Amino acid sequence: MNQAPSPNLADPAPSPHDALQTQDGRASAPLLTVRSAVYSYGSELALQGANLQLAPGEILAVTGPSGSGKSTLMLVAAGVLAPTAGQVIFNGRVISDDSEGERSRLRRTEFGVLFQFGQLVPELTAGENVALPLLLDGAKRQQARAAAGLWLERFGVADLIDVRPPDMSGGQSQRVAAARAMVTEPSVLFADEPTGALDTMSGEAVMREIVRVAREAGTGVMLITHDAKVAAYGDREVLVRDGTTNELSINLRNGDDR
Amino acid sequence: MSTGHVLMGLLANADRHGYDLKHEHDARFPASRPLAFGQVYAALERLGKKGFVGATEVENADGPNRTVYRLTDEGRRELDDWLRRTEEPSPFVANPFAVKTTLALLAADRDTAIDFMDRQRATHLERMRELTRRKLDPDSSLSNVLAADFALAHLDADVRWLESALERITHLEQEVQP
Ligand SMILES: Nc1ncnc2c1ncn2[C@@H]1O[C@H](COP(=O)(O)OP(=O)(O)O)[C@@H](O)[C@H]1O
Ligand SMILES: [Mg+2]
Repeated sequence: MNQAPSPNLADPAPSPHDALQTQDGRASAPLLTVRSAVYSYGSELALQGANLQLAPGEILAVTGPSGSGKSTLMLVAAGVLAPTAGQVIFNGRVISDDSEGERSRLRRTEFGVLFQFGQLVPELTAGENVALPLLLDGAKRQQARAAAGLWLERFGVADLIDVRPPDMSGGQSQRVAAARAMVTEPSVLFADEPTGALDTMSGEAVMREIVRVAREAGTGVMLITHDAKVAAYGDREVLVRDGTTNELSINLRNGDDR
Repeated sequence: MSTGHVLMGLLANADRHGYDLKHEHDARFPASRPLAFGQVYAALERLGKKGFVGATEVENADGPNRTVYRLTDEGRRELDDWLRRTEEPSPFVANPFAVKTTLALLAADRDTAIDFMDRQRATHLERMRELTRRKLDPDSSLSNVLAADFALAHLDADVRWLESALERITHLEQEVQP
């Protein structure tokens, strides 16, 4: 077997320095690890011991039925929610114990987030929307605007720079939202059902761009989806069921399944 | 879907040797089973008898004469007619996963069935990733992309079935228990 270790609940939790295999077969330390994470919304137990590892530049699909805890797992991994128990480790450092302020700063610089509905500010143009994360982080206006233009171009929507979201198609909005998520050049992009609201062809076009741009930039992607066709854009898949994760690593080339 | 109609479609734009027809078929429809030469010549002979295809002997300086086939006007009418006819959807799609899942519940236990389904899903996903990579390759031809779309849609249907079956499995278990 040359696949990543299966984070089975019965096994001892993986250490942050456990080696992962990247697509080209080289071992590398995980960039992001979620270890035995528990999270509840009041009395609603949404995560009950979830494990996850993301290698630098890896595209990891997180799948599972609706209500299984995928979005909660993403929010915990991205430091938006602090887990009730368990740990989130980024670059070898436990970030789940950080203060909200520290996690917020990390999110602004290292993480990008993309939701099903892009959540663009409708009053701002595409260029202003994409420049926003840089401006909030203290960048100069000129610089932010130039970076926004560059990232819009990478997602094939440079011509929309002065267009406002109400005048865009669903696919265009998602490309602009993706450019905004990537403008800070994060090391991890968290994408929660990024094509869930799009029709087949524009969803496919958006996925194609996200994968291409993430590969070029070397950005790791945590791709949340209930759709196997979308999950197939990933390098690997982790299944979430009833708040726990299950990684199935089948290596056909090794005759594992024959 | 008869081989004869497929060959007539390939003859619509240019006259061809039997040899070329076989190779064009295999290149254009990579997901289909490759045609055997015997199959091609047998089909061309049937089409000839019906008057859909005509044959002309062409001299070949390097060897024996070769036969070039062309679509006749009658053949063109039959082809147009066939292109407008829908195909019969197969009412009973074979589902080997359902058979195995049911037998796993009967002959083993629930965990065996669930383990089988999980591993089957992972195997499907592996294939789907491979097809997606092929689609993302900018050098993929249209027929390759269309074939990959078809395969992906069918594998996706299997995966959806596996997911719903997993949710139903407790009920399924009660049904198959003797
Ligand atoms: N804000 C919330 N308040 C209370 N319960 C929630 C909230 N968000 C999610 N849940 C519950 O937590 C569980 C997991 O939800 P979620 O992580 O959104 O799953 P998924 O993304 O897989 O559909 C579900 O039972 C859901 O109802
Ligand atoms: Mg969700």
